[in-house]
Amino acid sequence: MLKIENLHASIDGKQILNGLNLTIPAGEIHAIMGPNGSGKSTLSYVLAGREGYEVTEGSVTFGDLDLLAMEPEERAVAGVFLAFQAPVELPGVGNANFLRTALNAVRRAKGEAEIDAIQFLKLARARMKVLNMPDDMLKRPVNVGFSGGEKKRNEMLQMALLSPKLALLDETDSGLDIDALKLVSDTVNSLRGPAFSALVITHYQRLLNHIVPDRVHVLSAGRIVKSGGPELAQELEASGYGAIQAAAA
Amino acid sequence: MAAVTETIEAVQSVADGGYKWGFETDIEMDFAPKGLSEDIVRFISAKKKEPAWLLEWRLKAYRHWLTMEVPHWAAVSHPPIDFQDAYYYAAPKQGPKSLDEVDPELLKTYAKLGIPLKEQAILAGVEGAGDSPSEGGRMPIAVDAVFDSVSVATSYKERLAKDGIIFCAISEAVHTHPELVREYLGSVVPQGDNYYAALNSAVFTDGSFVYIPKGVRCPMELSTYFRINAKSTGQFERTLIIADEGSTVSYLEGCTAPMRDENQLHAAVVELVALDDASIKYSTVQNWYPGDAEGKGGIYNFVTKRAACRGKRSKVSWTQVETGSAITWKYPSCLLIGDDSVGEFYSVAITNNRQQADTGTKMFHIGQRTRSTIVSKGISAGRGQNTYRGLVKISPKASGARNFTQCDSLLIGDQCGAHTVPYIENRCMTAKVEHEATTSRIAEDQLFYCRSRGLSQEDAVGMIVNGFCREVLKELPMEFAVEAQKLLQISLEGSVG
Ligand SMILES: Nc1ncnc2c1ncn2[C@@H]1O[C@H](COP(=O)(O)OP(=O)(O)OP(=O)(O)O)[C@@H](O)[C@H]1O
Ligand SMILES: [Mg+2]
Repeated sequence: MLKIENLHASIDGKQILNGLNLTIPAGEIHAIMGPNGSGKSTLSYVLAGREGYEVTEGSVTFGDLDLLAMEPEERAVAGVFLAFQAPVELPGVGNANFLRTALNAVRRAKGEAEIDAIQFLKLARARMKVLNMPDDMLKRPVNVGFSGGEKKRNEMLQMALLSPKLALLDETDSGLDIDALKLVSDTVNSLRGPAFSALVITHYQRLLNHIVPDRVHVLSAGRIVKSGGPELAQELEASGYGAIQAAAA
Repeated sequence: MAAVTETIEAVQSVADGGYKWGFETDIEMDFAPKGLSEDIVRFISAKKKEPAWLLEWRLKAYRHWLTMEVPHWAAVSHPPIDFQDAYYYAAPKQGPKSLDEVDPELLKTYAKLGIPLKEQAILAGVEGAGDSPSEGGRMPIAVDAVFDSVSVATSYKERLAKDGIIFCAISEAVHTHPELVREYLGSVVPQGDNYYAALNSAVFTDGSFVYIPKGVRCPMELSTYFRINAKSTGQFERTLIIADEGSTVSYLEGCTAPMRDENQLHAAVVELVALDDASIKYSTVQNWYPGDAEGKGGIYNFVTKRAACRGKRSKVSWTQVETGSAITWKYPSCLLIGDDSVGEFYSVAITNNRQQADTGTKMFHIGQRTRSTIVSKGISAGRGQNTYRGLVKISPKASGARNFTQCDSLLIGDQCGAHTVPYIENRCMTAKVEHEATTSRIAEDQLFYCRSRGLSQEDAVGMIVNGFCREVLKELPMEFAVEAQKLLQISLEGSVG
């Protein structure tokens, strides 16, 4: 599904990713862990197509698409979804309107009929119930005045509605209370299936008890320095990154 | 910042193809000789078969205008206007007639513009539905259509007359209700008020007249649709709305013009009078041709709009969405004379390419406990220049007066400008005046966030801009809010993508 080869990327002249290789087969969930500043968010932005990030070497294919050649909105409608580490506020833009516009953009791309406001509300409310979000969050402007945890849940609501093929979750667990962590994990797990892959960026092994990954990778200084099964996360939790970084250096 | 740069370029690349109302109607017209003189003033007055008092009134204004100088204080620039190089009267040969007899060419024109001139049968359920357009189906809208210098049709006149409401062309009201016109014309905006108001008083040709009798809530939206069609012609609209005690009315005006290389002048005067407990909501969706990307052509929109809240607890609310015109010069104002009267001004002004807008409001607090609210949203893109100019003046007698002003500017790109010029003159100890202002840009992370959800760049800009304007757009009558939202996006998008 996703194949990243020898990816080098920089921002404002600063090299962040240094030859990153990663393959996520369809249906698998991979976790990325790594110290602050190692390039995790950078990777997610490069994959989602944020401008300002210069890819100096390497390639990324998504199915049979050359991901790096596509605009961010083309990637989105092709099924890539990024749950932001810091979701962005859109003053005055109603959450329902935003979500429905996004959903209809994706549906149009898939050749499906657009859905009207009433159908949309039905769909959205059902998902919000599962995420324990109050209905009035649909009326409020996107992320404005939302608490940290509410913003993350709003990202999950978007993901659930857009049902992507590849979800990139950048520290979606940070700032969540224990119950919310469970709800978010349930949402991800509900999408699990042969046509869904995810890259879960996290600092905490705890999340991976709920979303059990197929593989765990350690990112350090812009490269994957170690990969393993779910047990690698436990190892890291116990011993930190020091040993791995030393071994990789 | 690359995304933002791209947006700027895309916005700048607006070709005139973006203006969808720029077609021309081919119809036989009757013109006054070119130029401006006392004879032209007499010509216009004679064409309209006006009584002697009105001709005198016009001539007085004209003579005064000759002594005046073009105002220079606004933050707009344009080559001097040659007032002799324009027509001051242009009307379809076939004069105004009843709705059924209107020239089919004109009906087609308005149909193309999306303006319903034909009266729909008022359904039983709708007529009784009161004043809430959201319930009981779509409300009919009464339209007065002004084509160049004349009103060509007014719909629902008879229906409105049942409630004693007068809604007609002002040139008609001069004949049918001379006492009202004579009493109120120029009573809010005196002839010599300013350069363009004086010019308008001399050569005004048509516009709407509205009178709502005591205690009547106008059962439908009233609207006037202004269309400039003829070449080299100025449009001098004059509108007068009187809301008698305890009455309520919501009125909307819209405007468009063909695309031409020349600049054309639209110099309007609008006067509103609200008596005790009366309320007038006046909304404008101004979409005159803005000129092309290089600033060639477009309408000069120099407008004087003023409301007198004469009555106790009277209320006037101005809402404007200004997307068109090469230059907009306009300050809808309120004279808050009656105790406890209320003035509101909600404005969205967009300038793109070479457009210039100098707009704002004046709130004069004269009566006790008068209140005013000003919300202004300026959006500048391309090389557009957008100025908010406002005056809040509180007289010593206006004890307990309150004003709240909020001016927000949104910049798209770095070649445009936003300026805020708020004047506050408070001469009353117990009055309270608050002013807030912000300037922001469409942030790169906002654009990326929208795009990462599948929105195209132009939809993303449209969505963020509409969000920025929300407080104002929600003041528009529901039927027009959706249109206005689309218009905002169109005037920014041009040919984005
Ligand atoms: N515009 C920029 N100019 C220079 N350096 C930048 C810029 N943006 C990000 N960086 C740097 O890139 C590095 C990687 O940042 P990134 O956000 O990808 O880290 P991360 O692994 O997600 O960290 P965290 O765990 O704290 O979220 C950091 O050192 C950061 O300071
Ligand atoms: Mg990060």
